[in-house]
Amino acid sequence: MLILTCPYCGVAAEESELTAGGEAHLTRFGPDSTDADFQSYLFTRKNPKGVNFERWRHANGCGKWFHAARCTMTLEVFGTYPAQTTEPPQELLEKIAKKRPGFTAETAP
Amino acid sequence: MSTRLATQGRLVNRDTRMEFTFNGKRLQGYQGDTLASALLANDQMLLGRSFKYHRPRGVVASGAEEPNALVGLGQGKRFEPNQRVTTTELFDGLSASTQNHWPSLEFDVGEINNSMARILPAGFYYKTFMAPRFAWKHVFEPVIRHSAGLGKAPKDKDADRYEHFYAFVDVLIIGGGIAGLQAAKSAGDSGAKVLLMEQTPHWGGRAPVDGAEIDGKSAEIWVGDTLQILDKMDNVTIRTRMMGAGIYDHGYALGYERLGDHQPDAGLPRHRLWRIRAKQIITATGAIERPLSFAGNDVPGVMLASAVRDYMVNYGVSVGDRTVVVTNNDDAYRTAIALKQSGLDVPAIIDARPIVTSPLATKALQMGIRVETGKGIAKVKGHKRVEGVQLCLQAGEGSIIEEIKCDAVAMSGGWSPVVHLWSHCGGKLTWDEDHAFFKPDPTRAPTGDTGAAFVMTAGIASGDMTTGAVLENADAAGKAAAKASGHIPRRFAAPKAAEEPCDPMAPVWMMPQGASYDLRMKMWLDFQNDVKVSDVQLAAREGYESVEHTKRYTTLGMATDQGKLSNINGLAILADSLGADIPQVGTTTFRPPYTPISMGAIAGEARDEIFQPLRQTPMHEWHDTHGAVWEPVGHWRRPYAYQQAGETVEQAVHREVLNTRKRVGLLDASTLGKLVVKGPDAGKFLDMLYTNMMSTLKVGRCRYGLMCNENGFLSDDGVVAHIDEDTWLCHTTSGGADRIHQWMEEWLQTEWWDWKVYVANLTEQYAQIAVVGPDARKVLQAMGGMDVSKEALPFMAWADGKIGGFDTRVYRISFSGELSYEIAVPASQGQAFWDALREVGSAYGMQPYGTEALHIMRAEKGFIMIGDETDGTVIPQDLGLHWALSKKKEDYLGKRAQARSYMDNPDRWQLVGLETVDGSVLPDGCYAIDEGENENSQANMFGRVTSTYYSPTLGKGIAMGLVHNGPDRMGEVIRFGKPDKTFVEARIVDPVFYDKEGEKQNV
Repeated sequence: MLILTCPYCGVAAEESELTAGGEAHLTRFGPDSTDADFQSYLFTRKNPKGVNFERWRHANGCGKWFHAARCTMTLEVFGTYPAQTTEPPQELLEKIAKKRPGFTAETAP
Repeated sequence: MSTRLATQGRLVNRDTRMEFTFNGKRLQGYQGDTLASALLANDQMLLGRSFKYHRPRGVVASGAEEPNALVGLGQGKRFEPNQRVTTTELFDGLSASTQNHWPSLEFDVGEINNSMARILPAGFYYKTFMAPRFAWKHVFEPVIRHSAGLGKAPKDKDADRYEHFYAFVDVLIIGGGIAGLQAAKSAGDSGAKVLLMEQTPHWGGRAPVDGAEIDGKSAEIWVGDTLQILDKMDNVTIRTRMMGAGIYDHGYALGYERLGDHQPDAGLPRHRLWRIRAKQIITATGAIERPLSFAGNDVPGVMLASAVRDYMVNYGVSVGDRTVVVTNNDDAYRTAIALKQSGLDVPAIIDARPIVTSPLATKALQMGIRVETGKGIAKVKGHKRVEGVQLCLQAGEGSIIEEIKCDAVAMSGGWSPVVHLWSHCGGKLTWDEDHAFFKPDPTRAPTGDTGAAFVMTAGIASGDMTTGAVLENADAAGKAAAKASGHIPRRFAAPKAAEEPCDPMAPVWMMPQGASYDLRMKMWLDFQNDVKVSDVQLAAREGYESVEHTKRYTTLGMATDQGKLSNINGLAILADSLGADIPQVGTTTFRPPYTPISMGAIAGEARDEIFQPLRQTPMHEWHDTHGAVWEPVGHWRRPYAYQQAGETVEQAVHREVLNTRKRVGLLDASTLGKLVVKGPDAGKFLDMLYTNMMSTLKVGRCRYGLMCNENGFLSDDGVVAHIDEDTWLCHTTSGGADRIHQWMEEWLQTEWWDWKVYVANLTEQYAQIAVVGPDARKVLQAMGGMDVSKEALPFMAWADGKIGGFDTRVYRISFSGELSYEIAVPASQGQAFWDALREVGSAYGMQPYGTEALHIMRAEKGFIMIGDETDGTVIPQDLGLHWALSKKKEDYLGKRAQARSYMDNPDRWQLVGLETVDGSVLPDGCYAIDEGENENSQANMFGRVTSTYYSPTLGKGIAMGLVHNGPDRMGEVIRFGKPDKTFVEARIVDPVFYDKEGEKQNV
């Protein structure tokens, strides 16, 4: 059972306090989008073996959505950050790159 | 025979006798006995039957790894099957019964399978029950089902209670042997908050049994001294009868404490599940002895050498008068020496190793015990009990040199560290060639949220086999764990132990080495599931190269002991058959729990009324005392109907419908979701969430709206009221309020976070009561207060005002098709307002109605219900709701998805009304059946029923359903399949059955 620190209220929250929301930083495609763009928005996920950027909600807590960078293999958590952003903070990306030499922009959002 | 000795038994109190029953027979044991030791003391060796061949089975082990001696414990509401007698503490009044036999334990008809073993090899079921197809249902399945399963599932509701417990510690130590105790001491000395747990009722593990010496004291004394030290440390908590069940992500662990099993009448919770967060976890889980694979190693009386020693030293029970010891390592010599010292006969130690010169072997020889090196057991004689063994050369094929009479065999195939907990969360193993076992690889430990290791091992669990090394390694682990959890380790030295040099063990996976097929098919690997050496070899020949496949094909390690006893033996046989090394073949995956834990412990206190929170409306009590038949709706309870004396529930429902249609009804609608959406961008936001336009709604008016998800499927519906310039109130379905609130929050927080909108869920702040029916207005006028006339408050309008002195908000909305006012009052006023309405309304024949009448009336009007007409695959267009889809809006959630070719296809199943030709009620959920069959030999289908009721208003069955091209097939008669395989014909009609023009709600 994971522990993720909510960047809003600062609580190190047990997984049972949280709900998972899938991949972070998706771009929403609306009515005039192509079938391919819409399909990728709706269904195509990176699902990496390694560093993943994902959405979580502190559901049984402050109620806020936030993002987490987490390794899907080792469950290492590199950091959490507020959801009101379209990309991960630069310093988090640098921190991950330092810890995971193989980490590239391809696996980053 | 097995019996109680006059002396010994460090764990039993001979002054206190305990009475218990075994298969109805009254027997006696002592306080401190396990059920196993008490049964053996009464010469009860035969304790069960194996799963497949129904072979006689006796105790093999003395701990959690026991695969054979499983019984049903307790009776009635406290009955529990498949309990290991070796871990069951004896108490006065215990009752145990054996399982998996018919008609009796002594004579079991199922044993016929044993004589057919030659034609029941591994994979027998897979190979045999392939064809013919019909035989599966009528022959194979019933027979297999009858013989499947060991114990019988309990039938009664569990009489015991259970609880959960939460703990947060720096260092969690699992295992209370000398390693766990020393690790706890060194971590505790360093100031870390420590929790130490031991699965048995006793501290010290094997060391006191084996007679180890620590710091010049006996292990027994050292354990006692260390416990006293730990007891005085405020930062250390110690618990016995508590098993480490599993280790999970980020330092989470489960402890399973058995509080009441040994004292069922103490009034305690039976089990307590500890949910633990630890910064560091030390597994000091010890090791488990392995059996040897020789023919007849499953005959009752053949036991692990360590178990034979345990029963004698701990419980004063001798397993046999004449015990042959068979081994490939030095440890079993301890058993032989202990037996001899107790005055029992050890006819021989059969050692597979050609030369043995260790002090233990020398001591055995000096005591006059015959030691046969380079030898093995060709076969054990006896059926329900060992009668003797046949001696052979280990290097040979099993030619009998001599037959030795005996009534017990103590075997040792070496030891395997308990690596389960280490492996649960990803810890990797390495093969130790010297000891022929897998041990934890500390360089590949389970890692936590920071990427650092959070599990380490201590003692024998690390693979260190001598007392001195165990203590040193445990001491280091305690210090390291304290340091890793933020404490400064103290520099106390580790205790010292006297070492006894041992000869190396020899890996012996089969005895004798060149055993014939006949011998190999009598060599048990999995004792409970009847998997033998020959089965694993057959699996390898048939191409099962992966250990995970072999496991499932042969069922090796799939019994209740999960391979604890002899999985390594099976892996070694598989590796040998494949010509591969053991580490190359690897192990199967270790998964929690370590041993089975009770379902009650998992549930904890979440049962009956407190299984989940129950939501009640302000009028709940009134409903309850006025005949409400309850229906669960989400976490709410709503009255399904109000049953009066002398009527059935169905009659009550019909009465309520007719009374509402003819006069006036009263509905508790408080459960409807009430979300306030407020802010400068609230209108824009609602336009994105609803399929229709909400921003243009005039203040003071209401509009019915639909919500879809991004897949285009309908997710919720309800009436939206425009309250003031930047405030809207959104009604949701009763079950959907929280979900839709979260849905709104999700979009506001993660997509349109720059929009100025605030959402509040006010569902429970208001009681909402619907006054419905032709006389509804008369009732409200009689209440006195605001103007509720058609002119002042037309259909789909709302207004604030006083009614009968109450502050109300009145919505002119209708879910029944009748003149209807839904009136919200503060929740605290709900009951008073309900009472006032009841008092005034009685003159008009007003009666409350429940959810079923509500459903019937909405179906009569052709109104859809989320969850009936929708199921997560239905779009608004399927339900003829095109009018609610704004064409003016550029975008709304689901709009793009509804333009996908599959959604835009006119070929979809669409909503229609259905009327049976004979007036009967269609079964719910039944399908419209077409000619022919699909590729799965199922009838072709082209529609299904989504709502179906008897309409008391119309006096016949009415239904709604989704039918292929439905709206274009009005008047067509189609066939629906009923569960009894007959058909019923129904005509496709308009889904609005009642008041098609909608005049009644608009008066």
